[in-house]
Amino acid sequence: MADIGLGHYLTVAAILFATGMFGIFLNRKNVIVILMSIELLLLGININMVAFSVELGDMVGQVFSLFILTVAAAEAAIGLAILVVFFRNRGSIAVDDINGMKG
Amino acid sequence: MIATLVFYMFAIFCIGSGVMVVTSRNPVHSVLFLILAFFNAGGLFVLAGAEFLAMLLVIVYVGAVAVLFMFVVMMLDVTVAEMKQGFLNYLPIGLLVVVIFIGEMLASASVWHMAPEAAANIQAKTPGVDVMSNTSALAELLYTRYVYLFQAAGLVLLVAMIGAIVLTHRKRKDSKKQVISRQLARDAKEAVVLKKVETGRGI
Repeated sequence: MADIGLGHYLTVAAILFATGMFGIFLNRKNVIVILMSIELLLLGININMVAFSVELGDMVGQVFSLFILTVAAAEAAIGLAILVVFFRNRGSIAVDDINGMKG
Repeated sequence: MIATLVFYMFAIFCIGSGVMVVTSRNPVHSVLFLILAFFNAGGLFVLAGAEFLAMLLVIVYVGAVAVLFMFVVMMLDVTVAEMKQGFLNYLPIGLLVVVIFIGEMLASASVWHMAPEAAANIQAKTPGVDVMSNTSALAELLYTRYVYLFQAAGLVLLVAMIGAIVLTHRKRKDSKKQVISRQLARDAKEAVVLKKVETGRGI
């Protein structure tokens, strides 16, 4: 971080975040790829946190980043479990088929 | 100089594999590119001086989460051909949202500057590398000031684990298993029947 600068890290984080958003919109056939896109979003946010933590010399940003990692891991586990149950019941994981709660 | 080159290498591979995650046709390839993206983000963290988080990224994400994704992708057989139907239908709206997002980011970056009082509001100053390693500094903070949050994070993981098990567990009807209470409830009266067999004839 000595001679690279905060802006470069923030740019990478923003591009990763935008990629994740793009993935959520693009993949309407596969929920797994949407979960992966959410992981990309969280990765971009983590890069942001670490960049600011190093720039300001404040360790709290890295502690916060660790908690984000924890929540992301828990979210992936629960999401994939729900997906497995859904696939067992419906035989499909396409987003268009997820309409059981339409009322 | 060399740090800048390494930064650009990690950044380009990270973003490139991120793009491949969302655009590749085969979900298995998506998972593999996700692993590559995590590795490169770990490289960026090492470059920034956050070694512990980099190792955490490699161990937790590549070692656990990505493998979990791989398991699920291979368990659910999704045909590749049907997966990309409607790929182009949502391309314009996706591009629109991304362009709006990037525009907003650029607009805010053009006027953004670090607040002058930000340096005075530091909660825990990073010790120099000659004093303490990044891992020790993080541990000193995590096990003292943030110990309750640390325990809460453990609780979140426990709840996630139990939730995943409860969600995916199912009773198998065809399996034969032992019911101890039924075994213990049996006694000689209902288990054994005495029959008087007449001589020379069967039952």
